[in-house]
Amino acid sequence: MPWTRRHLITLEELSLHEIEQIHSTAAAFKKILGRSVKKVPALRGKTIVNLFLEPSTRTRMAFDMAAKRLSADVISFDGSSSSTTKGETLRDTAENIAALGADMIVIRHAAAGSPLYLSNILGIPVINAGDGAHEHPTQGLLDTFTMREHLGSLKGRKVVILGDILFSRVARSNIHALVKFGANVTIVGPSTLVPRTFEPLGVTVSHDLKSALSDADVVMLLRIQHERQTAGMFPSLGEYTSLFGLNKTRAGWLNPKAIIMHPGPINRGVEIDSELADGGRSVILEQVTNGIAVRMAVLYLCSGGQPENVVSAD
Amino acid sequence: MPAPKSLPAADIHAAIDRLAQDIGQRHAKTVPLILLGIANGGVELANRLATRLSALNSHLSTKTGILDISFHRDDIDRNPIPKEFVPTRIPVDVTGATVILVDDVLFSGRTVKAALDELFDHGRPAKVELAILIDRAGRKLPVAADYTGLTLDVTARCKVVVKLDPAKPTRDSVTILPFKPTT
Repeated sequence: MPWTRRHLITLEELSLHEIEQIHSTAAAFKKILGRSVKKVPALRGKTIVNLFLEPSTRTRMAFDMAAKRLSADVISFDGSSSSTTKGETLRDTAENIAALGADMIVIRHAAAGSPLYLSNILGIPVINAGDGAHEHPTQGLLDTFTMREHLGSLKGRKVVILGDILFSRVARSNIHALVKFGANVTIVGPSTLVPRTFEPLGVTVSHDLKSALSDADVVMLLRIQHERQTAGMFPSLGEYTSLFGLNKTRAGWLNPKAIIMHPGPINRGVEIDSELADGGRSVILEQVTNGIAVRMAVLYLCSGGQPENVVSAD
Repeated sequence: MPAPKSLPAADIHAAIDRLAQDIGQRHAKTVPLILLGIANGGVELANRLATRLSALNSHLSTKTGILDISFHRDDIDRNPIPKEFVPTRIPVDVTGATVILVDDVLFSGRTVKAALDELFDHGRPAKVELAILIDRAGRKLPVAADYTGLTLDVTARCKVVVKLDPAKPTRDSVTILPFKPTT
């Protein structure tokens, strides 16, 4: 089956086959990033708008870089400098961008469902770069891509996601992808942040760090957001670190070949010790590099023509 | 609907032999000589040519590789993106080398143009030539082959399908089908 989707909204709706197709396309793009000419003309003449209505460093830069490596023209803007601060609705902002001749929109928004909403009203491809606590599909794709590079098959592998699961779109996208690959996913952290309501997604819910980490092949840390503490989810950062922070002793419980991941930005000394973040098992910076190749693959595939309007086969 | 026409495997093998002989004569002393099969149709043909060339002249050291033109196509938003992905693999530095692009069918010439674009992203070859198993009418670009196996006189409404079986060359086939109009 050729790729037929025009939008990337969730990993929940993708098949394993589609995820694998994105990964193999990303692998081809990763090779291009290692050449002396790091650019291909695949999207020459296309304009991609990065509509980031929530702060982002990595994701926005990676989408920017990915579009440029594909020879597209990119316009990035953030909420604080746009008319959204003057009360323009999301629909009006997006329709104006489409009317300016954009060929694709990459959107990050605090409201879950906003990328889906735009994909239904706009005639151009929409890529979700993170919507509320719903999904962050390209992060899930690059994380599983990085895991597969290190571990090969993910079937039967133990992957632990540690930290603020409740509010995490990164966790949700990763869970959907990992379950499709047949990995054994355990989510662990304080019971306020790791509720049992996640069990129907096919994961093991744990509040005991030692049993969760033992023999794990991957531990993925999520950023502890300081504002959660003021909301009463846990008593203090110090207490979180003493109970759930990853340090050298706890990393010793992992499989000796395990990799340590983090989507960033990291809070050194809170969810992870600096020694581990910079250590040999950390693949945190590889995740960033792979993020470019994976986003190139997504932009490229979603720009493809549809089977119903094939012009010719020559 | 006219019945599909086809060529027997013996004709195909004779054509591949002719291609190898022509290349071998012209490049008896060329170093380095790189055969790059254009994915997917040219990959097996490039392998066959390399085998024949080394049989013809054991002093000839040819390298073979694959050229993937996916990211250089000019029809990305018109046609779906195929599932199969054979990434570019070039065994040695192309800068200063003689490169022979290899493909099964030469039709519009667009594939060759894309292949040249991809090739030059990897370096600056001294010379580039084109070897084609089947030359057919329908050129849209100023492209001509340096080596041609067979010339088929078919109309633009026909599709030429080449199948080279790496495991069983007796099953090799060339079929001329009526081109399906898009609905």
